[in-house]
Amino acid sequence: MADMTYREAVAEGIAREMRLDPTVVCLGEDIGAAEGVFKTTVGLFKEFGPTRVWDTPISEQAIVGAAMGAAMTGLRPVAEIMFSDFLACCWDYLANEIPKVRYMTGGQVTVPLVVRTANGGGLGFGAQHSQAVENWAFTVPGLKIAAPSTPADVIGLLAAAIRSDDPVVVFEHKGLFASRGPAPPAGHVVPLGQASIARQGRDVTLVALASTVPIALQAAETLAADGIEAEVIDLRCLVPLDMRTVLESLARTSRLVVVEENPYQGGWGATVVSIVADEGFELLDAPIRRVAGECVPLPFADSLEAQVIPTAARVIDVVGQLAAY
Amino acid sequence: MNDLLRMYELMAVIRRTEKAAYDLFMAGLVKGTTHLASGQEAVAVGASEALRDDDYTFATYRGHHHTIARGATPEACLAELMSKATGLCGGKGGSMHLTYAAGNMLGSYAIVGSHLPMAVGAAWSAQLRGSEQIAVAFFGDGATNIGAFHEALNLAAVWKLPVVFVCENNLYMEYTPIASVTAVANPAADRACAYNLPASIVDGNDVLVVRSAVREAAARARDGGGPTVLEMQTYRHFGHSRTDPATYRPSWEVEEWLSRDPLTIAAAQLSKEDVAAADARAEKVVAEAVEAAKAAPPAEGALTDVWADGSSTWRT
Repeated sequence: MADMTYREAVAEGIAREMRLDPTVVCLGEDIGAAEGVFKTTVGLFKEFGPTRVWDTPISEQAIVGAAMGAAMTGLRPVAEIMFSDFLACCWDYLANEIPKVRYMTGGQVTVPLVVRTANGGGLGFGAQHSQAVENWAFTVPGLKIAAPSTPADVIGLLAAAIRSDDPVVVFEHKGLFASRGPAPPAGHVVPLGQASIARQGRDVTLVALASTVPIALQAAETLAADGIEAEVIDLRCLVPLDMRTVLESLARTSRLVVVEENPYQGGWGATVVSIVADEGFELLDAPIRRVAGECVPLPFADSLEAQVIPTAARVIDVVGQLAAY
Repeated sequence: MNDLLRMYELMAVIRRTEKAAYDLFMAGLVKGTTHLASGQEAVAVGASEALRDDDYTFATYRGHHHTIARGATPEACLAELMSKATGLCGGKGGSMHLTYAAGNMLGSYAIVGSHLPMAVGAAWSAQLRGSEQIAVAFFGDGATNIGAFHEALNLAAVWKLPVVFVCENNLYMEYTPIASVTAVANPAADRACAYNLPASIVDGNDVLVVRSAVREAAARARDGGGPTVLEMQTYRHFGHSRTDPATYRPSWEVEEWLSRDPLTIAAAQLSKEDVAAADARAEKVVAEAVEAAKAAPPAEGALTDVWADGSSTWRT
C-alpha cells in the first residue's frame, strides 16, 4: 500500500466524504484557493469549487456559529479553526451552543458538524499557537472528540466524524502533519470510540493519544531492549472514551502510565485514571502515573518546549520506577 | 377573518400566555426566571405574517412571543415553563430556550448575540440547497455590542445571504439604557452601513408597519438581494426578568409607551365587536392551556437527548 503523509490524509479524508455526500461543505480561513495554512485542504477547492469550499474572514464565532446553523438545516459542515488555541475565540459555540442545543430543545434539533483544528506543540510556535487543548473540549458533555495519530486513522476518523449526526471536534496534531503511514483503502471508516492497540505488551499499559502515540511507541522500543514489554493503547477518541480496551489491557499488564500532551492540571488523563481507580483498582500492582504537559504556557525555545511536552525519555523513566513494584 | 384581526388575536394570545406565566410564577408553579416580551408582540406577529411557513427563525431568551408566533401552542409553552413532560422541550429547556422546530423556529438562545451567526448559517444552507427559504434572527439592542453581531453581519454581507436581522430595540440592554453604552444613536441600524447593508428604523409597535418592513426585507433576501437590518423601536412592559421591577425607567417614559401598546394600536383599527370576540377567544385558549399544563405529568429523562441516538453515553 502506498504511503501518504498525515497532512495529505486530512485533505483526502475530507475529499472522500465530499464525493459521497453533496451536503458536506467546508468553511474556514484560507482553506480554499490558498489550500490551508498547513496544506491540509490541498485540492479541495480545485475539485469541489467555491460552492462547497468557502473561505471565511477571520471570524471564528461566525465560522462555527454558521456551521451550527447550517448543520441544523440540512448540511454537514466541516469547519476549520486554524490553530486550536483559537477555539477560545469561539468557545461559546463549543461550550454553550453546539453541545447543548439538542438537549435543551428536548431532541428537536441535531447538529451534524465537524470542527477540525490543528492542535499541539513541538513546532516552536510559542504560547498562543502551540497548546494542546483537547482537554478543553473534554470538559463539555455533548461534544465527541477524535484525535488521530496516523494517516489511516485521520481518514477513518474523519469519515466517521463527518457521517456522525453528532458534533465532533477533530484535533489534528501539528507535530504529526509531516509523518507518513500507509494510505487506507477506499471506504475506510474508524468508528468513533474504538481505541486501537498500537503495540502489544504484557508488563505495562501506556495510554496515549495523537502525538503521544509515537512517543509511547518510541519509549516501548527502548524499554523492550531492557526486557520490559509495554502495551501501547491509542485512544483515538476522548468521547466516546474506550475504557473497556484500557481496563482489558490492565487485566493483562497490571500497570498504567497515561501519556498526554495537555497539561497535567485538568488533563484528560485524570479522567482515565479516575475510572481505573473506581473500576480497575484490583487490576493494579503499582501506582498509576501520568506523563503530561507541564502546567505552564508553551514556551518558544526548543530547549524549553522539550521540558514541557512529554518525551519518550520521561515515559521510560516513569515506567522504570513502576517496574520496581 | 381579516389579516389585522388575525394578528390582533395572536398578539392577544401571546399577551395572555405571558400574563399566565407571570401568575404561575407567583403561584410557585414556574421556577427559575422568565423574560416577558409583553409590549413587543407586534414584532413577532408582524414578522411572522411576512414569512413563509418554512422560513427559519432564531430568537433570544426573551422569546415567548416568537415561539407562539411561529405556531407553538400556549399549552406547550406553559407546560415547558412548568417543568412538564408535555412542554415544548420536554422540560429540558425552560423559558429561555423555547424551540419549535416543527415550525422551523430553531431556538431561543440565552447567550446574547450567539444566534446571529446561526441564522447566517441557516441562510447559507438555504442558499446552497436552493430552497428559497430565508432566515430571520431576532435580537435585542444589547446584542449589537457583542462581537458575534458584527461577525455575523459581515459574513452575511460578504456571502450575500438570505437573512434578515431584526433588532428589537426596547431601549434597555438589561437595566442600563442602551444609549449610555452605545456609540451610535440607533444601535443596529447605524451599524449596518459598516457592512454595506440596507437598514430601516421601524415602528415596532404597529403590527402592520412591522409586517410591511419584514415583507420588503424578506423579498429582497429571497430574490438574492442579501441581508437587511431592521431596527424595531419597541418597549417591554415589564422589567428585564422576573426579579426586575424596572424602577430605573422614568414613569413618563413608561406611560408614553403604554399608550402605544401594540394591542391598542391594532384594536383602534378594528371594530369593538371583533376585538371583544378575539379577546374572548384568546382568554379561553389560554385558560384551557393553563389547566392542561397544570394537569400534565412532570418532566422526565434527564439522561436522554444528548446524542442523536437519544442517549448520553460517553464511554465504554
